Amino acid sequence: MEEPINKKIKSMKKSKIKDRTEQSFLQYFKSNYTLYLFLAPAVIVVFIFNYIPMYGALIAFKDFSAMKGILGSDWVGLEHFKEFLTSPNFLNIFLNTIKLSFLELIIGFPIPIILALMLNQIRRAMVKKNIQLVLYAPNFISVVIVAGMIFILLSPTGPINTIFSMFTNSPVPFMTDPDMFRPIYIFSGIWQTAGWASIIYVAALANVDPQLHEAATLDGASLFQRMIHIDLPTLKPVIAVLLILSVGGIMAIGFEKAYLLQTDLNLPASEILPTYVYKRGLQLGDYSYSTAVGLFNSIINVVLLIFANNVVKKLSKGESLY
Amino acid sequence: MHNYSRKDRAILFFNKILLVFIALIIIFPLLYVLLGSFLDPSVLLSKGISFNPSDWTLEGYRRVFQDDLIVRSFLNSILYAVGFTLITIVFTVLAAYPLSVEGFKGKNFFMIFFLVTMFFNGGLIPTYLLIKDLGLINSIWAIILPGSVAVWNIILVRTFFKGLPKELKEAAKMDGASELQIFLKIVLPLAKPVIFVIALYAFVGQWNSYFNAMIYLEDQDLYPLQLVLRSILIQNEVQPGMINDMQAAAELSKIAEKIKYASIVVSSLPLLIMYPFFQKYFEKGVMVGSLK
Repeated sequence: MEEPINKKIKSMKKSKIKDRTEQSFLQYFKSNYTLYLFLAPAVIVVFIFNYIPMYGALIAFKDFSAMKGILGSDWVGLEHFKEFLTSPNFLNIFLNTIKLSFLELIIGFPIPIILALMLNQIRRAMVKKNIQLVLYAPNFISVVIVAGMIFILLSPTGPINTIFSMFTNSPVPFMTDPDMFRPIYIFSGIWQTAGWASIIYVAALANVDPQLHEAATLDGASLFQRMIHIDLPTLKPVIAVLLILSVGGIMAIGFEKAYLLQTDLNLPASEILPTYVYKRGLQLGDYSYSTAVGLFNSIINVVLLIFANNVVKKLSKGESLY
Repeated sequence: MHNYSRKDRAILFFNKILLVFIALIIIFPLLYVLLGSFLDPSVLLSKGISFNPSDWTLEGYRRVFQDDLIVRSFLNSILYAVGFTLITIVFTVLAAYPLSVEGFKGKNFFMIFFLVTMFFNGGLIPTYLLIKDLGLINSIWAIILPGSVAVWNIILVRTFFKGLPKELKEAAKMDGASELQIFLKIVLPLAKPVIFVIALYAFVGQWNSYFNAMIYLEDQDLYPLQLVLRSILIQNEVQPGMINDMQAAAELSKIAEKIKYASIVVSSLPLLIMYPFFQKYFEKGVMVGSLK
């Protein structure tokens, strides 16, 4: 008889403990409900505008009709993906996206680092500040205005062509030549963002111990050697993290500027996945098909992010995002 | 401090020259448009900066300011940017506070809930269909609600809250203050700098964007400035209000050009003048964000 009683007491204890923890969450909730109220607006907005569209992406596998709704529309499986992958446009648009984003990364990524190393050599604070003020300014100009200025500057009668006319006979058709699209896109991107992107490196360089430089100078290291062997290694962790982020975002290339710089004639180079999604989806109303194309784009994105993270992790022995 | 060798000094000199050259490349387009808005571009290209007063004109500006659509879209942009900024601040700060409280139950759940949105999204079309189903086409809410809660901002503010000295809160608790009182009277006043950083980014981001307005607003009276600029600069559409007195085609295209230059200056000058005053805070935003 003793044992069962013991068991009973034990199980009573257990349930009591369980009760207490359950109660304490309720109690916690009751005495701290303001905290949960604080979270409510953000949670609601994110749920509506971020989570519901994720569910809405189901239409990539359906034949969406507004009448039937998302759930009621007929399943078509991977039909839309197949259609896109086998369409004559696919290879061109896909390669345009890849080329534009890889070129932007390869050319655009090192420039802020070089800028920061250069700025770091300016000793007089006032001079440095003024140069920075100019370098950062384009970051505050909207993409519409940047595109507008590109059209003005590069027009057949614009200032650039006026300068070029000293060397060539006919004006360079910048905005209508497909070969010109990528250089224009990348150079204007550097013009607008390289200065701003250098801030983070400039800040990291400010943490370099000046004694390191002094010791190296005593040992006869030249300025250039010190930049390579002291300044650059300081930036390594920052470079690693930013590199992962940019490789991960490589297919998330900006819709906004590419769309603005598109002309009918440069489309063979300027049509990229996001602009194609916009045109097929919102201008032509192929909702399901363009959702599938968009999903294809994001899948590549996630794969690249994981890939980049692993590569950088291996290269830098431990530096990674997650 | 340093004893530079001759070679080093040459490098330093070259470095300075190169940076000044880069700065000139950056300034050139801005300066060209600014001058071109006062001077006839053809004069500017053939003669350079002219000091002949007859070459100078304010015609472009006059036509930009007399156009209802530009003025209205300017006001719309202010409304959208201010609204978006307010919502961003309130929702972000409110959400970040509980996530910074020690022992807050459900912290991990909510953090993951927000973090997921950094990596996954439904995409353009499903988001558009949702906005349409909610009846938000042609509504200011379609512009200022989506995107107002950004994970990055929440993390930024939460990190700031976590860094506040614990003694402050504990002392207030001893005096019997509720969470709400602690938040309003102690935490919030201290958080002004970080709130300011978020507000600046939200305002500039919204002011400079055109995409959401382009897909969600159909009524021209609701257009923000960037959308009107797009039609003037990219689509080469001159607003009828600006040119109703013009007849000759040549004169018309000349005036259209002037309007382009003037509208670029009018719309980008406010931010370019303001930003140096806030540069410190903008830089802080980059820094805090990088620490996560």
